[in-house]
Amino acid sequence: MGKLFAIVLVIIALASAYPIVTHMYVMPEDVSTHGHQIDEQLSDTMAEAGISFLLAQFVLAIFVWKFAERKDGGKLKNFPGGAKIMVAGAFILVGTEILALGVFGQRAWANVYFTPPRPDALQIQAQAGQFAFYFRYPGADGKFGAIYPDKIDEGNQNYFGLDPANDIESRDDIVSAELVIPVNREIHLLMHAKDVGHSFYVRELRIQQDFVPGLDLSVHFTATKIGRYEIVCTQLCGLGHYNMKAYLNVMAQDDFEKWVKQKASEL
Amino acid sequence: MEEASDQQAHVHPPPEGFLRKYVFSLDHKVIGKQYYALGLLAVCIGMALSWLMRFHLVWPTTRIPGLELLSKAGAPGGIITPEYYLSLLTMHGTLMVFFVLTNAPFAAFGNYFLPIQIGAEDMAFPRFNMMSFWTTLVAFLVLILAFIIPDGPPISGWTSYAPLSAVGKDAGPGMGWGMNLWAISIAIFCIGSLLGALNFIATTLDLRAKGMTLMRMPICTWAWFITSCIALLAFAVLLPACILLLLDRAAGTSFFIPSGLVVSDRLQAHSGGSPLLWQHLFWFFGHPEVYIAILPSMGIVSHILINSMRKPLLSARVIIYSMMSIGFLSWMVWGHHMFVSGMNPFSSLLFSFPTLTITIPATIMTLIWLGSLYGANIRINAASLFALGFISMFVSGGVSGFFLAQPSIDIVLHATYFVVGHFHMVMGVASLFGVFAGTYFWFSKMTGRMMNQTLGQLHFWLTFIGTYCIFMPFHYLGLVGNVRRYSSFVDDFMGPLMPLHKFITIAALGTGAAQLIFIFNLIYSRYKGVPAPENPWNGTTLEWSIPSPPPWNNFGGKHPIIYHDPYQYDVKGLKGDYIMQDSPEPSAG
Repeated sequence: MGKLFAIVLVIIALASAYPIVTHMYVMPEDVSTHGHQIDEQLSDTMAEAGISFLLAQFVLAIFVWKFAERKDGGKLKNFPGGAKIMVAGAFILVGTEILALGVFGQRAWANVYFTPPRPDALQIQAQAGQFAFYFRYPGADGKFGAIYPDKIDEGNQNYFGLDPANDIESRDDIVSAELVIPVNREIHLLMHAKDVGHSFYVRELRIQQDFVPGLDLSVHFTATKIGRYEIVCTQLCGLGHYNMKAYLNVMAQDDFEKWVKQKASEL
Repeated sequence: MEEASDQQAHVHPPPEGFLRKYVFSLDHKVIGKQYYALGLLAVCIGMALSWLMRFHLVWPTTRIPGLELLSKAGAPGGIITPEYYLSLLTMHGTLMVFFVLTNAPFAAFGNYFLPIQIGAEDMAFPRFNMMSFWTTLVAFLVLILAFIIPDGPPISGWTSYAPLSAVGKDAGPGMGWGMNLWAISIAIFCIGSLLGALNFIATTLDLRAKGMTLMRMPICTWAWFITSCIALLAFAVLLPACILLLLDRAAGTSFFIPSGLVVSDRLQAHSGGSPLLWQHLFWFFGHPEVYIAILPSMGIVSHILINSMRKPLLSARVIIYSMMSIGFLSWMVWGHHMFVSGMNPFSSLLFSFPTLTITIPATIMTLIWLGSLYGANIRINAASLFALGFISMFVSGGVSGFFLAQPSIDIVLHATYFVVGHFHMVMGVASLFGVFAGTYFWFSKMTGRMMNQTLGQLHFWLTFIGTYCIFMPFHYLGLVGNVRRYSSFVDDFMGPLMPLHKFITIAALGTGAAQLIFIFNLIYSRYKGVPAPENPWNGTTLEWSIPSPPPWNNFGGKHPIIYHDPYQYDVKGLKGDYIMQDSPEPSAG
């Protein structure tokens, strides 16, 4: 029965590793300037974790194969070196991994969170509410109008609670249900939650950031490939959570300008 | 500390009458069994809910006959709505984490065996002990009540993030009374767990038999003791958090709700609160809770492995110190649940380090278990198979922690099925493997009858293979970016992942069905099993020195005297290759 355990365990370990080794399931192609660092970090970790996983399972299988229900009646013995070698091994193995992954691997995080957006980054405000995203562009004046929560009126398409009657800055603000951005230009996304917690996740952009009510958060990123990508809310936000999606539309600069003009003319 | 305490003599008189014997019992053994039964009931409900969830994910429009009886609005015509899916996942998570993973390995086995293993007649505070079980039962009933009320259960997940959980029924059906019941239930649960933890600590420190020094305690006793210390601090934070949440909901306070929120077209009359405060409080409890679930199983598995290997671990001390380190570090890692929550990004780096560091004691333990197997003569039975399976599962669930401990990788894997796969393996399945191993090992002591081995081993193989088939693919889904807590995958992106989802669902239904073998075995062996001798596994610790099942006062009024370390195996003893802890014969070492 010990041998059966060993065989089953080896099969499970190999079958578990197969889809990883053959890259059967991978993230969609990265279309951001920072994403490759995350991808590299992920694949480095996969290599280290994968080797640890296989080694541990194989050693378990081998020892159970060899030492279960021994018929030889031989004397019991201990692993040479005993506990000391195990403790030292764990410190060296895991310590190195922590150093490698923990210290040197923080660049990707730093790149996303510790570098400020460029001054010429395009500012767009994203608002998350049950169960839709809306995006606001500052318009020709370059300024966002103030938000008045009591003026939010979805029936009249005032999703952000703007007050164009009294607030000049909000009159040229463009509001869109789709996040339209130019390719190869840094975007500084200012995040605003209307009601409860939500999240902004675009797999291809390698960006995920929560919207937190009452907290001014932002992310910045540059998309490098024209296309249409899904934006998913990943923070459980209520009944319609499963429907809370929007699209990121990355356009050529010319097309983006045309889109802005057209949107402005609709105001 | 080596002296037997005076309190130890006759903590309470022998129980008389049905109620005192089996219902409002002060006997730790009966209370342990009560906890076990509650855990079993909760796991059956939790598993049934997971079946419904898995079924809905892959056959969203297929009717399940009779399901409309559970909820008319949630499953009209027997078809689960996407909204009701959220209720199912909330109740599944809450039942499993609190009422199964906290109850079964810790409260159930701990209650039954901790006093016996240290040579005590009962817990230090038998009445508190009874209260902690009945409080926990009330918490369970309050939670289950959410299924019956018209609004149905809450929909905010087992983590109940504010402000969704705090703004009341504007946030949707289930967020009215359903959410109230959740918060009340968890607050009551905290009280029960606090009482239990205090009792475990006092018992371990005060009621040890003569000669039972701390380092002579079996590893599982150590695990329950360390877990009690963690639980005492963790539930002491969750309790006020739940009270604050209830105040926000019922008394108009704003602990977790900032100003200017418009929910369901209504401007909320709150201001000044912080949604992140809830997350900090919740995870300050929530991460140690993971160790509350897994440490007792680590202890149980070590205890059983040693017995099955017929030799001591390379070092029991190192295992104990590792468990202590894990317990200590568990207080510094909660922020890794919040890397993308909007918390200061510097904090993320700080939380990342202790999270990675906690792998060191975990790896030490794994290496000690593996290294100890070398040169052993492992007896294979249902208990030892589950103990070996635990090691495999702990490794599999542990390595994925390496990914999630790094904030940069968490950007893409957070809130995906990768996380679901990770914690189900390491906290759920591994921990339950400990419970299964413990059940097959100690059933004889608890009932006086042996559990059926054939059924037990069949149960192991189906469960071992089955759980891998369920939870390993979760990681693959996460690597693609499949988001959790979504009820239907109908769009272009998810379409190609459907075959894998179907595979998982079929595996889940099959593995769930295999658990019926276990339940049948429990009932069958309880009445028809072979009568158990006092020490069927040739064990060395005190539970094997008393009859199966033990008398009401455990040691028949005698006070055991302890002469040896707990694991004197591979020696020349009077009875064989072992010497019992309370045997005055000289030890080899």
